Amino acid sequence: MNLHEYQAKDLFRQYGIPVPAGAVAASAQEAIAAAQTLGGPLWVVKAQVHAGGRGKSGGVKLVRNLAAVRSAAANMIGQRLVTAQTGAEGLPVERVYVELGSDFVREIYVSLTLNREQGRIAVIVSSAGGMDIEEVAAHTPEKIVTVNVHPAAGLQPYQCRKLAFALKLKGEAMKEFQSILMALYRLYTEKDASLLEINPLIVTRDGRLVALDAKINIDANAIFRQPGLAALRDPEQEDPIERRASVHELNYVSLDGDIACMVNGAGLAMATMDLIQLHGGHPANFLDVGGGATKERVAVAFELIFSNPKVRAVLINIFGGIVRCDIIAEGVVAAVKEVGVALPVVVRLEGTNAALAREILAKSGLAITAAADLTDAARKVIALAKRGGE
Amino acid sequence: MSILINRNTRVICQGFTGRQGTFHSEQSLAYGTKLVGGVTPGRGGEVHLGQPVFDTVEAAVRATGATASMIYVPAAFAADAILEAADAGVELIVCITEGVPVNDMVRVKATLAQSTARLVGPNCPGVITPEECKLGIMPGFIHKKGAVGIVSRSGTLTYEAVFQTTNVGLGQSTCVGIGGDPVRGMGFVEVLELFERDPDTEGVILVGEIGGSDEEAAAAYIKKYVAKPVVAYIAGVTAPPGKRMGHAGAIVAGGKGTAAEKFAALAAAGARTVKSPADLGKTMREMLRPRRAPHARPAPRKAAAAKKKPRAVKKARAKAASRPARAARRHRKRP
Repeated sequence: MNLHEYQAKDLFRQYGIPVPAGAVAASAQEAIAAAQTLGGPLWVVKAQVHAGGRGKSGGVKLVRNLAAVRSAAANMIGQRLVTAQTGAEGLPVERVYVELGSDFVREIYVSLTLNREQGRIAVIVSSAGGMDIEEVAAHTPEKIVTVNVHPAAGLQPYQCRKLAFALKLKGEAMKEFQSILMALYRLYTEKDASLLEINPLIVTRDGRLVALDAKINIDANAIFRQPGLAALRDPEQEDPIERRASVHELNYVSLDGDIACMVNGAGLAMATMDLIQLHGGHPANFLDVGGGATKERVAVAFELIFSNPKVRAVLINIFGGIVRCDIIAEGVVAAVKEVGVALPVVVRLEGTNAALAREILAKSGLAITAAADLTDAARKVIALAKRGGE
Repeated sequence: MSILINRNTRVICQGFTGRQGTFHSEQSLAYGTKLVGGVTPGRGGEVHLGQPVFDTVEAAVRATGATASMIYVPAAFAADAILEAADAGVELIVCITEGVPVNDMVRVKATLAQSTARLVGPNCPGVITPEECKLGIMPGFIHKKGAVGIVSRSGTLTYEAVFQTTNVGLGQSTCVGIGGDPVRGMGFVEVLELFERDPDTEGVILVGEIGGSDEEAAAAYIKKYVAKPVVAYIAGVTAPPGKRMGHAGAIVAGGKGTAAEKFAALAAAGARTVKSPADLGKTMREMLRPRRAPHARPAPRKAAAAKKKPRAVKKARAKAASRPARAARRHRKRP
């Protein structure tokens, strides 16, 4: 789960991590009021969306008077912001964050995230602050320094010093840096984060450190024990189809193709998409219906699939393990009848009671094509999608 | 023989009296697993499915001599259950539970590093040695005792590999679902090591997916230490970058962890990669056919000794292949 910048900065304040004075605003009037309260003479108006790359896409405006605050806020709120990370449709801007402008002499990058290979939380810093970290990693990896934290010991002062020395921070700045890292680590573990990122952490003219940006992702698996954070979820920032899927505990990801997939199990769902592509087709989505493909779930899955207008054919690929194939076949038949599916549907069912399931599909009187195996299923659905497209 | 578990393995279930624990324990018992008891705190002294219930894993191990545990407790309690089992001296801990917080697993992994316990999972289908012992949620009937070791990050793709190897007549020695989470117990390398040593395993099917670098680590290990034939498939060629594909661990981040990289690493290491998940079984059969020809049967020991040679050849071939593969990776366009 992602947090907005203003939410992340609230958490930073709670943990004693220095951020510029700022306030969130849902209208141009509120933005002006916020700017007046903050004082001036320089403000930054920032669109609140769950995506990076805002600066390059007009989502961050540096302004020097209240009229400019108003027009910046008015131009952003109610619009959709398209950045390099959002996709073509962009994300809706419902609020802006107004904060005091800061003067700085240096920009540093800091993040905490999981190091999968080590199974530990890594603290990553780079002297190339303000830049896309993936670019830095690709072109100047020597600018990135990492320490991994043992969970029993926690982040240690020597590790902070190592990072500070690598960044050539000295004296008070080094002490301040250490206390910021310690606070970030505490925030990461206490709030079940999966990513904390400050890009940039600035060094001001008088040598102080301030977090100009703040990005926090929370581990979705841990939301159950973070009630305060669950309330910060902004569903408007999520893909509406993916959001609907998650309500029904289905996993759905939109793709660009025309063949919809409905599969049980994440691995098999990915493999089904790959198989369609391998045989010359284009998958329209990833959809894992999970173990219990009941009539209700299949019906919801159909609704999700058909909310994508590009879809020309559907491939249902189920490996019935504990769940019997005949039950799934009955669910598919009932759902097809209920939803009124007009597009061709190819079904491959394997596993427990597969033969019985095929019989149920054949006797249903519906235009459901049964496939003998994986390859046959991919070929049949691709042929049907092509025919449908003509 | 087999790896990790066999007909003599004494098993307990944590979360025994819960809905999931009850259902899958019944299935395990029906399969012939030596399930000797279970744990549900507060229900000690009861009898469930004809087996004793204990309050703690320690008490269960003491009373039953169990060496393996399968865990079906809810995600919020999974880390605690794993650590309790390790503390009680359980040698093999199989955690089926899905949705365990990542930071919990970070703590568990660091703690287990100090113990001899092996963990499989979480978020996995479990481990099965066909016709002997089943710890997990896999459908037992698709398995058949045989020659192929299967290790996979995905549940249903494991079943796919099992089904195909059963259909082509090879069967399985042991199948290990290592799970789809970013921080987990055993990885490909640890399982490959066991399969390589197991005399009953003639070949290994490895099913990976996008995200992380476990497949690359497996490739490096195969190149150095695995003489047995390996067939590998990676799911997620079509997955868009930055999107989580169902499994918490299945995400391509910053251009790393792509299926193409993993396929290339495994191919360069001498594994036979297949682009279609439908080809796992028949490819394994092709690779094992020469070894399983009738004239080779009478002297299996010699056949094993003769393996050294093809391995050296395989290594040389892999080395030659790795160079262009590496060059190709360097020239790969950035997305």
